[in-house]
Amino acid sequence: MALSQTLVNQGTFPSPSFSARGPLSARLLALLRSAPDGDPGLLPLADEAIGRAAGLVHDDDIQLTLFVLYGLHYGSVVETDDAWEWHPSLIALRRHLEAAFEAELRRVVPMPELPEPTSTAVASALFALTSEDSGPGLSRFVASKANREQLAEFLVHRSIYTLKEADPHSWAIPRLTGRAKAALVEIQADEYGGGRPERMHAVIFAGTMRGLGLDDRYGIYVDHVPAVTLASLNMMSMFGLNRRLRGAIAGHLAAFEMTSSIPNGLYARGFRRNGFGEDVTWYFDEHVEADAVHEQIAGRDLAGSLAEDEPALLADILFGAAACLTVDGWASAHLLDAWTAGRSALRVPLAGEPGASGAPSAAGDAAASGA
Amino acid sequence: MSDLNRAAPQIVACPNGPLLVRGELDLVTPDGDPIERKRKTIALCRCGVSAIKPFCDGTHKAIGFTTEE
Repeated sequence: MALSQTLVNQGTFPSPSFSARGPLSARLLALLRSAPDGDPGLLPLADEAIGRAAGLVHDDDIQLTLFVLYGLHYGSVVETDDAWEWHPSLIALRRHLEAAFEAELRRVVPMPELPEPTSTAVASALFALTSEDSGPGLSRFVASKANREQLAEFLVHRSIYTLKEADPHSWAIPRLTGRAKAALVEIQADEYGGGRPERMHAVIFAGTMRGLGLDDRYGIYVDHVPAVTLASLNMMSMFGLNRRLRGAIAGHLAAFEMTSSIPNGLYARGFRRNGFGEDVTWYFDEHVEADAVHEQIAGRDLAGSLAEDEPALLADILFGAAACLTVDGWASAHLLDAWTAGRSALRVPLAGEPGASGAPSAAGDAAASGA
Repeated sequence: MSDLNRAAPQIVACPNGPLLVRGELDLVTPDGDPIERKRKTIALCRCGVSAIKPFCDGTHKAIGFTTEE
């Protein structure tokens, strides 16, 4: 506290590695460089942003603001006085944006028919729902067509979640009880390397990034990714941090795991085809085997048991699963549409790529030093 | 201290899916050589098409494998 106060007084918090995307995120980033006191009156700005947005999932200002707010809990996003994490004005802002974000998701995500609230029926419904997923288009493209630049862009997109892999779902552990909790811990223990830090999935992914000459520090590439990529992580953070939404986070993890092992096999193929070795493909190979285990646990023991124990959560379990497929489907479509049209899928091209100019300095320098 | 894992390995026959194995047991080749087990809970292929046998790789879903009679 004393040290952080000194830093505030000296004004020496380093600038974040990314830039604001509108009045709301600009105000928040400016605020985080000051001492946490008073009510900065952010809600009117939030209302203006919500009123202006055509859709919250694709709104840069709102999604970056949520990303920064959740980042105060995760760390490694913005360097600021730690007391901001629980400052009432920022919690109020988060709740305000979350209410609008959740309302939009509930409006746009197509809800499947609800199964009986039994473990077997819920697992079966989730496997059926995820088998209709349109996502594999991206993994097939990566397997057979993507070039090295596109593979780097793919990792940049994935880095927003994957360098924090498993963390958003871990918020749910103390918010669950009994069988569902045991199942979630069983999955998360494996995600975190089973006691071996070098096998943590986020750590293995960092190695994949370095293998492509990318910078593996968290948040370095925020400027490069569109709102929908931030929205994908923000949605998980919202589901995980709100106990009320524990059904949604359980369903989200089940859908995430059920759409993972086969695509990861295809991703691995794409990286091998481009000449990358096991240091790069380890992450994907690991997920072929791991997620074939996790999907069984997440379907029956996490989501299924939760539905049995708390039938009132059944609809949210299916909502969380459908929301995962919908939002991640949009994020995947963003990449695929850009690539098939011959464009970069990034907001700002990576340094060294054709058309790389006007990159915000912090992100641009970092990308250059990592390349 | 009791060794719960050693005492009670459990195999769950997942509907339309793999055999999920919890607890300690020896996974070996026909010659008795150990097969590396990278995680505490493993899924063994039951459909026959996994590319990483004896482990499951999720392909049973792509081929419509069913365990129903």
